Amino acid sequence: MAILEVKDLKIYFPIKAGLLNRTVDHIKAVDGVSFQIEQGKTYGLVGESGSGKSTIGRGIIGLEKITSGKVYFNGVDITSKNGKEIRKNLQMIFQDPYSSLNPRKRILDIIAEPLRNFERLTKKEEIKRIEELLELVGLSKESMMKYPHQFSGGQRQRIGIARAIALKPKLIIADEPVSALDVSVQAQVLNFMQDIQKELGLTYLFISHDLGIVKHFCDEISIMYKGRYVEQGTKEEIFNHPQHIYTKRLLSAIPDMNPSNRDKQFRIRKKVQQEFDQRYHDYFDSEGLAYSLKPISETHLVALQEDVQKVR
Amino acid sequence: MSNKLLEIKNLKTSFYINDGYYAAVDDVTLTVNKNEILGIVGESGSGKSALAFSVMGLHTRAKMEGNIFFNGKDIVNVSKSELNKMRGNEMAMIFQDPLTALNPLMEIGAQISETFILHRPTMTRRERKDRVIELLKMVGIPRPEYVFSQFPHELSGGMRQRVMIAIAIANQPKLLIADEPTTALDVTIQAQILDLIRELKATIESGVILITHDLGVVAEMADRVAVVYAGQIVEIANVYTLFKKPLHPYTRSLLHSVPADGQDKLHVIHGIVPSLKHLPREGCRFAHRIPWMDASDHEENPILHEVEPGHYVRCTCYKNFSLQEDESKEA
Amino acid sequence: MWKFIVRRLVITFPQLILLSVLIFLLAQAMPGDALTGLVDPNIDPATIDEQREKLGLNKPWYEKYIEWVGGVFQGDLGQSFRYKIPVTDLIEERIVNTFWLSVATLIFTYMIAVPLGMISGRYNDTILDSSITGYTYIGFATPLFIFALVMLWIFGYHLQWFPTGGSVAPELKPGTLEYVLSRIQHLLLPALSIALIQTVSTVQYLRSEIVDTKQKDFIITARAKGASESRVYNRHILRNSLLPIAAFFGYEITTLITGTIFIEQIFSFPGMGQLFIESVLQRDFSVVNAVVLLFGAAAIVGALLSDIILSIVDPRIRIK
Repeated sequence: MAILEVKDLKIYFPIKAGLLNRTVDHIKAVDGVSFQIEQGKTYGLVGESGSGKSTIGRGIIGLEKITSGKVYFNGVDITSKNGKEIRKNLQMIFQDPYSSLNPRKRILDIIAEPLRNFERLTKKEEIKRIEELLELVGLSKESMMKYPHQFSGGQRQRIGIARAIALKPKLIIADEPVSALDVSVQAQVLNFMQDIQKELGLTYLFISHDLGIVKHFCDEISIMYKGRYVEQGTKEEIFNHPQHIYTKRLLSAIPDMNPSNRDKQFRIRKKVQQEFDQRYHDYFDSEGLAYSLKPISETHLVALQEDVQKVR
Repeated sequence: MSNKLLEIKNLKTSFYINDGYYAAVDDVTLTVNKNEILGIVGESGSGKSALAFSVMGLHTRAKMEGNIFFNGKDIVNVSKSELNKMRGNEMAMIFQDPLTALNPLMEIGAQISETFILHRPTMTRRERKDRVIELLKMVGIPRPEYVFSQFPHELSGGMRQRVMIAIAIANQPKLLIADEPTTALDVTIQAQILDLIRELKATIESGVILITHDLGVVAEMADRVAVVYAGQIVEIANVYTLFKKPLHPYTRSLLHSVPADGQDKLHVIHGIVPSLKHLPREGCRFAHRIPWMDASDHEENPILHEVEPGHYVRCTCYKNFSLQEDESKEA
Repeated sequence: MWKFIVRRLVITFPQLILLSVLIFLLAQAMPGDALTGLVDPNIDPATIDEQREKLGLNKPWYEKYIEWVGGVFQGDLGQSFRYKIPVTDLIEERIVNTFWLSVATLIFTYMIAVPLGMISGRYNDTILDSSITGYTYIGFATPLFIFALVMLWIFGYHLQWFPTGGSVAPELKPGTLEYVLSRIQHLLLPALSIALIQTVSTVQYLRSEIVDTKQKDFIITARAKGASESRVYNRHILRNSLLPIAAFFGYEITTLITGTIFIEQIFSFPGMGQLFIESVLQRDFSVVNAVVLLFGAAAIVGALLSDIILSIVDPRIRIK
């Protein structure tokens, strides 16, 4: 059974205008998205800024009001519910390790916060748990009494992770966890996230704009554009057999690490751009949004127009 | 006349922190040729942006030593007014965040026109406007007449960066410095902007310094690459050589930190980049990041060695270096 | 922008209504009414009651309120108990005096604030900046009425550069040049006294705006374009820093009101502030009501003005 199932999720933000500030329209930040994540897997959610990828994560965890649709956690409907059990099992890691930790709190208090909210521990037990957590994220016991500014970006992100895993959650939503970090620090955090995944049997919903990292890190990937899915599939399907023009466009935009390929890359980009311009209406409806997903294999879904699919 | 457009010699740019001057750019020597893209790669705190700002004379409170020859003329101690004649005219710069780099209260047209007001005083208002619209077309902005009187916040990130580029190339500079020009942009926009910079470089035939932390961007764009660490160049080579046969331990470590095909685990460089104040100023600056190397592998005073024509590596530690998976967790 | 202004205007109305209700209720809560002072204590209480009924003084408060507001709309602010003339007549000439005093004060305030703020912001952390900041601290710490007294004593009595009271020399006829000059001369010292003290907040505000704007990325862009330092300051920094100052303008009116209340008293300047103090002391409540209403309305209009100015000068609001 899937640990997380999202069914036809819609999150709309009202646009207010006019003299009386009435809601005249909605921004459809998330517009009918469905997916499931299997226990222990890493699910990558990819999109550019404004695609709605972060809003999905925030909606699942209850930071954003869900307009319609359902979210099931372990088969239980958790849509817009803030039950203790759910909050314990679902945690989030944020993008910016500099602003997501309260600068006036010691590391001890930052990590202990979820513990204090959910578990009644004695002072001694609490300290012991935090020591264990710090060890797990590779920080010394002495770090406990320090403040966030005394740590580097990578270390701070690991403190954020320690806080997220303090309650032994089953699912972690990681919203661009390494985007603000330098390449070498990025590697450190990603490796570490993989290690604790094995150790604790974690499931990740990994939200990112960086296809290179997603390719390295995720099992299943979905591509989002303007609030809708354009394509969903396994890593191999997305990277080796992309079907939607937007996916192709994203893939062709990733800089190639081999300088000898640059002319080839340039030509591919030109070709994709041509296809994008010429066959735009095969891929997007009159509002410029993606069509609904159609399966082309058991795991591979693509947003295509009905008849285009039949032609294939 | 030689092909050298910019020649930086033993440049040292220091900032005052608490108790004294600390060099963020430390003894950098480097040339940029006409019609070439020189990539400068490094992580935050490496001094790559400080280097760019030094060339443009944009540091307001820094001590600069050494020489920067631009078209044969030393511009390190040139007067403010002479520098102003060159900036925006013979050399120009594109910045990382196009939203904050544009004046929020000035129309797009006025911001581009300003470069003409400053450097082409004989142009009439009409001529300026025509030229601005031509520029906006050139950088791929649709409806340039309309955008002319728009404000930065009305444009998307990609469009703003195009405006920045239009400002930079307005007077067809001989040297264009792009400081992380695509870091704040989405990948698809990044690709468009990079393609644009490449095309424009070919049209106006200028030398380009491309500063970035993204190795992929360098691989796609640069002709030559300088890798900087802790204020110094550690390796400099032709782009093909650098990616095929990197020598310096830092370059090699960095290349292995980036996700690539068939890689199970990413390489993690031991330790952290020291802050400007705590940079090791003696010996090999990368030594403490590769602690398993023997002290005798390093040079006492590491210099750049030319290992083959045009390929320079700092220190001797590259000779015995091999990547080691760093399992120890630091505090 | 128009939408914004109209919406802002719409909000202003309930504010004004609330203000008038508040003032009315406060006045009602005060002991005594229009008859208390007017009536001979020997008259039979029953007759007074009858009179009250006839004058409508026994009606519920909201009916009285509506009558009062209706009067205000027709320019009738009631009768002064003290002077037995309509409040409007009493206010008329004084409001003109206070208006000119305010204008003069505002001009001085900005004449002092803009150059000082600019210098202080541009050369921040130099001796020049420290002395300007020092002046602002002194300005914050000095009570206006003490400062005004000192000014009056030095420049009025001691040096005799300025007249020490009134709004115009008594013997002059309106319409002559001497009359106008005399009025200006009477304005200068009180206006300068307020300005010197109240400008300090604007100096500090402008200073911090400039220091802030100086570090913005687009300033680097301007330098990279080859703009000279003076152009960078005049075209980019000052322009962007003056925006919040311009928006602050409306709120200055509120501080002006407090300023004039003290100053007019000290300089025996016949304006609204002096009238306010006098009528409070004499329990002339219909006048107090009217003056407070006008002060309140001025403050609300000031805030409205601020928002409108901001919406005109800031394209980020203007274009919405």
